[in-house]
Amino acid sequence: MSHRVFMSIHKREEDILGIARAARQEGLNIIDIYAPYAVHGLDKAAGFRPSRLPIVCFLLGLTGAGLKVWFEFWTTAVNWPIDVGGKPWNSWPAFVPVTFEVMVLFAGVGTVIALFIATRLWPGKRATIPFPGVTDDHFALVLEERDATFDPGKVRALCERYNAVHVEEREQEIVP
Amino acid sequence: MAELRASLREPWIRGNKEPIQVSDDICGILERRPTGLWWLAFLASSSVLAIGTAAVVYQISTGIGTWGLNRTVGWAFDITNFVFWIGIGHAGTLISAILFLFRQKWRTSVNRAAEAMTLFAVMCAGLFPLIHMGRPWLFFWIFPYPNYRGPLWVNFRSPLVWDFFAISTYFTISLVFWYVGLLPDLATIRERAKPGLRRAIMSFFSLGWDGSYRTWVRYEVVYLLLAGLATPLVVSVHTIVSWDFATSVIPGWHTTIFPPYFVAGAIFSGFAMVLTLMLIARKVMHLEDYFTHRHTDAMCKIIIVTGSIVGLAYLTEFFTAAYSGNPYEQFVFMNRALGPFAWAYWTMVTCNVISPQLFWFRKIRSNLVAVFLLSLVVNVGMWFERFVIIVTSLHRDYLPSSWADYSPTIIEVLTLLGTFGLFFTLFLLFCRFLPVIAIAEVKGVLSYGRTEHGERAAPPPLAPPLTRRPEPVGERI
Repeated sequence: MSHRVFMSIHKREEDILGIARAARQEGLNIIDIYAPYAVHGLDKAAGFRPSRLPIVCFLLGLTGAGLKVWFEFWTTAVNWPIDVGGKPWNSWPAFVPVTFEVMVLFAGVGTVIALFIATRLWPGKRATIPFPGVTDDHFALVLEERDATFDPGKVRALCERYNAVHVEEREQEIVP
Repeated sequence: MAELRASLREPWIRGNKEPIQVSDDICGILERRPTGLWWLAFLASSSVLAIGTAAVVYQISTGIGTWGLNRTVGWAFDITNFVFWIGIGHAGTLISAILFLFRQKWRTSVNRAAEAMTLFAVMCAGLFPLIHMGRPWLFFWIFPYPNYRGPLWVNFRSPLVWDFFAISTYFTISLVFWYVGLLPDLATIRERAKPGLRRAIMSFFSLGWDGSYRTWVRYEVVYLLLAGLATPLVVSVHTIVSWDFATSVIPGWHTTIFPPYFVAGAIFSGFAMVLTLMLIARKVMHLEDYFTHRHTDAMCKIIIVTGSIVGLAYLTEFFTAAYSGNPYEQFVFMNRALGPFAWAYWTMVTCNVISPQLFWFRKIRSNLVAVFLLSLVVNVGMWFERFVIIVTSLHRDYLPSSWADYSPTIIEVLTLLGTFGLFFTLFLLFCRFLPVIAIAEVKGVLSYGRTEHGERAAPPPLAPPLTRRPEPVGERI
């Protein structure tokens, strides 16, 4: 679906923090912010929801560890028990190191795959850069022109209060 | 607009840089032709790699009999090199993960190169057990996969199997961590590159990164999670390496101090190697503004701490041997310090315990030539530490009739040399093709664009303070 959007470009992280806060206070709908680097507190200023990836990470770690404990028990005590130095079949203390490693492997690799799925990043994807320089030194705030109450002139004045170096309106495809 | 600077402390990045200058400086290295110095270093290291490759081909086609091992000293040079290289790798993870959790801003200038160093060091380390297998093409037997031999599973009670899992997990997680960290920088290079091969490759690997903050939010969380996972991982890896020795019943190896002692030693040697590499990279690629005296100063202090922990461990081992009342244990330690390998032992003590104490002096910490030389000394000392632990514990065992000497053959020496060739070749290629400094992270620690963030004693702000609610603009929009 195509939407009309309003974009404001800033050069300083202080300004993007300020305009993000101000836009929210004014009840404007922030579609996204484009930033060359992570700015401390910008997610909260823009009101983005915290990520749920830690839960994914925890569950993946638990799955990895659980599978590994079961596998080690099954191979050494059930499928083909071999007497190694008279140790019990189920020598669980000896299973701890590998279980830990597999837990980290599952949680780490799985979380990164989950990140790529959640953020829709894949090898060879064409990047849609809203403004040249957002990967270098410019911040872009993209607002949705939701309805007739959106007054571009007033928003423009607001952006200029935060040292906007450029503002523009354009049609943009919005991925829900 | 005039930017505001803290005047009391030297900033981490010198030269009052703006974000675009950071992109220009770091990407500029990749966009220019390589310097003559780079070619010289590359030719030298790839030649050494070629010699090492020849030695490896010879020993695999002939057999492990080309090594200087004997029935008493059944483990010597290759395991020494394995532990040495794994240890080097640990500093990379420490810088990228542990210092990230501790919010140490100075890590941003070194973490990319240190993580690359980790990957290359683990590759070098992995070669040694692979070659030692004798038939490296059957290496996959160590992986528990369903097979027609029973299925016969690997022995999960063996520290060597733990080690396989630890090293392969460590390599995978380090690679993933490094790649995730590279993503924003790859996008920066992509956007700067003219259409062509570089742009096509960067487009593929940057995964369509566009700097969207909804992505950044998740990215930051994942980075934190990976740092949290990598921190216990790095401790576990060298702990498990030390268990290769500690779970045996050999006097000199069978000791509970090994895990902390090995982890401290690993960080110690790794920081020395990071210093060696970064001081070279700083000079060759003109990174003086990014890798400053403050960075070397912080790293030298870590070397003092870890070097002193290692020294304390050496003393503790002697005390434990004396206090144990076990004559075999006592003999091994007396033999270490005063026996035929005393020269190796005292080289180790000089390089690891005594020389790093020079870093207590600010004059020495701020003299980069001295720091560079001392970092080399620490590298040598830590190689000798592993050699001493392994060879002196074995060469005089319970039966004096089976006592033996050990010296490496030329093939073993060339293999070690070859891994240095591999390490430096890979590092030089990395410096040519990828940003050697984390661009997006360095931009986050510049003093540009903020008034009260970061360093203290900032002058009064010019822009409206963030805390003040802006006055409404006319009627509500």
